[in-house]
Amino acid sequence: MSTDKLPIESAVTPRKAAWQRYKATLRYGLYVILHPFDGFWDLVHEKRGSLAAAHTFLALFLITYVLKLMLTNFQFISAPIQYINIYERCASLVFPFLVLCLANWSLSTLFDGKGHFKDIYMAMCYALVPYILIQLPLILISNVISYDEASYYNVLMSVSIIWCLFLAFVGLMQVHDYTPGKTLIFIVATIFGALVILFLILVFFSLLSDAVGYFVSLYREIVFRLY
Amino acid sequence: MKTAIRILSLALAAALLLPMTLVLADGDGFSSAYTYNYDYWGELRESPDAYRVDQVLYSGTLGLDTPMRRPQSLFVIGDDLYICDTGNNRILQARREGQKFSFVRTIDHVEGAQPATFNAPSDMAVDEDGNIYVSDTNNNRVVMMDKDLRFVRDYTKPQDTTFDQKLSFLPNKIVVDSSGRVFVLATNVNKGLVKYEADGAFTGFIGANKATYNLWDYMWKSFFTTKEQRAQQASFVPTEYENVYIDHDGFIYATNTVFSEYDLKFDVAKPIRRLNSIGDDILIKNDRYPPIGDLQWTEGSLDYGPSKFRDITVLDNDIYIALDGIRGRLFGYDPQGIMLWAFGTKGNSAGAFLSARSVEHMGRDLLVLDENENSITVFTPTDYGNLIYLASDQYLKGDYEGSADTWRQVLRLNANYNLAFIGIGRSLMRQEQYSEAMEYFKMAHDRENYGRAYRYYRKEVVEKNIVWIVVILGCLLIIPPVLRQVKKSKMEVEAYEHRQIAH
Repeated sequence: MSTDKLPIESAVTPRKAAWQRYKATLRYGLYVILHPFDGFWDLVHEKRGSLAAAHTFLALFLITYVLKLMLTNFQFISAPIQYINIYERCASLVFPFLVLCLANWSLSTLFDGKGHFKDIYMAMCYALVPYILIQLPLILISNVISYDEASYYNVLMSVSIIWCLFLAFVGLMQVHDYTPGKTLIFIVATIFGALVILFLILVFFSLLSDAVGYFVSLYREIVFRLY
Repeated sequence: MKTAIRILSLALAAALLLPMTLVLADGDGFSSAYTYNYDYWGELRESPDAYRVDQVLYSGTLGLDTPMRRPQSLFVIGDDLYICDTGNNRILQARREGQKFSFVRTIDHVEGAQPATFNAPSDMAVDEDGNIYVSDTNNNRVVMMDKDLRFVRDYTKPQDTTFDQKLSFLPNKIVVDSSGRVFVLATNVNKGLVKYEADGAFTGFIGANKATYNLWDYMWKSFFTTKEQRAQQASFVPTEYENVYIDHDGFIYATNTVFSEYDLKFDVAKPIRRLNSIGDDILIKNDRYPPIGDLQWTEGSLDYGPSKFRDITVLDNDIYIALDGIRGRLFGYDPQGIMLWAFGTKGNSAGAFLSARSVEHMGRDLLVLDENENSITVFTPTDYGNLIYLASDQYLKGDYEGSADTWRQVLRLNANYNLAFIGIGRSLMRQEQYSEAMEYFKMAHDRENYGRAYRYYRKEVVEKNIVWIVVILGCLLIIPPVLRQVKKSKMEVEAYEHRQIAH
């Protein structure tokens, strides 16, 4: 019987195999949040995670965030929906996220961290999974509970955030193969690193605009002389 | 197509920007709106006028021989209006008959008092029996006289160790409660109001303003300054109140103007307080924003900064009205601390003030004293203002349906009025129309009431559909095991058949 099935199995196209691996890495997110120490280690060292899944988690995180702003019952959230720019809000989440990843990578490579940028990014995205898993049902829950029962809502809310922070901590620890103390120091250092990066970006853009301004004025001067 | 979109979006942008520039053209961003209110998000919303100017009283209108000079305070009892004409060392009494105010008498001396005349009086109070109390600041006394201006007694510097004897006693504002106790707000005294019993005995201080300082100031003073520097700096002392008012229940309303903007944001400053008999602040604050007057002010305008309440008055229905001297505005709050309306501005026209100093009420009319203009502006409520009062009175009396109808009329005049949505919602809730009530509460962003209505609504829905809920739950519980069982027996049968074939 098994011989009959063989041709079918060998007919798995590369595309289908990739899809199956994608699904497996997505599912692996559930394992990671429940077994963070093993999970994050295998995620990068045993290649059990994928960038595609990480991107998916980040996208889902943003979608959850937007849905939360839009659909949470007004009893539990005071989002001035008429003033909110969703792109701006999303950018203000993604940009610091990336800058922090970059800052962490820049510092950890200098101090024998094992993680590549890709690994750090992946670990951080996998750490967002509890937020998605808890906040999405919370949107529904917020619409069936009343203001007096807000404590349930708030507890679940805090659980999702604390869980994410804990996962991010463990993730960094496992990715770089650091001790907990060293991870803590590096998290503080990462925040300062992110500030330095922001400063450099600001300087870069102001210099760039000056440089552009110089050439523009040069062009104008020439055009003016030629006429 | 692309150009069409571009032109359209440009036109849209222009249309959006145009009203903005119109508003910005005013010096102060608010002057376009005379009466306004704040919405849930703290944004200013223009509203119909709650009060209009009825008349403006000047020295000439009252028929005074000597014009008023820097009057400091007003007091109203019944139809009588007392004006403290500080610059002329006298008290003026006028009476209202219908709409007209007529001058009654000048009170400038006390028969049998020592000295008999006043020196810069700053406030007065009159009790039910007609006894007049005058805060005679530069004579260091509060003098009490009967209605025929005969001296009864005076209240002088407390001969008590709790009162710093080196300080001179400068009574500023006074209030007298129904049993004759006198509360004096004295300059330089920061322990609260000086309290005298009806017989003139000093019995202590009440309602001290707490000393405010922040951690940074404290650290700076403790670690980074020398002893000499510290001696020169002001120490952390509580501040005096600006003005006081006693309501019909005997609670003292006090306003405070010395605070930082930072304190205001976290409701530490408490610019309006309602003091009980032991001096605790019991003002109810059930709104998203505490009663602090303006929530926003134009950057760079001359009158920049938070509202500073120079005076306060409380209507018989516990609605209190505070007078902001910075921008010449009146703020009305209901007993729950929700802003009813705000109006007023600076200027020379009727309804605008140069330097508003005192506010009093006569029924529901408001009287505002301007110390620079030497005038008293009388405001009467418009239909809109009266409807607001009527609705809250009806609600207090228990006429919920009537109050809802009145609130509906208010909404017809001002669709941005949150309190009306809440009022209608409340009455709908009393009539057990929960889902309608929820809609109204949602419009007003009233979470607590919405939650309450929602709980009843949820209960109703669950009770109505209890059969279906049980059926669905039962199905969810029963169907999967049954299906599993069916599948299992099917497989057994198949396996049996398979074996049969194999044999």
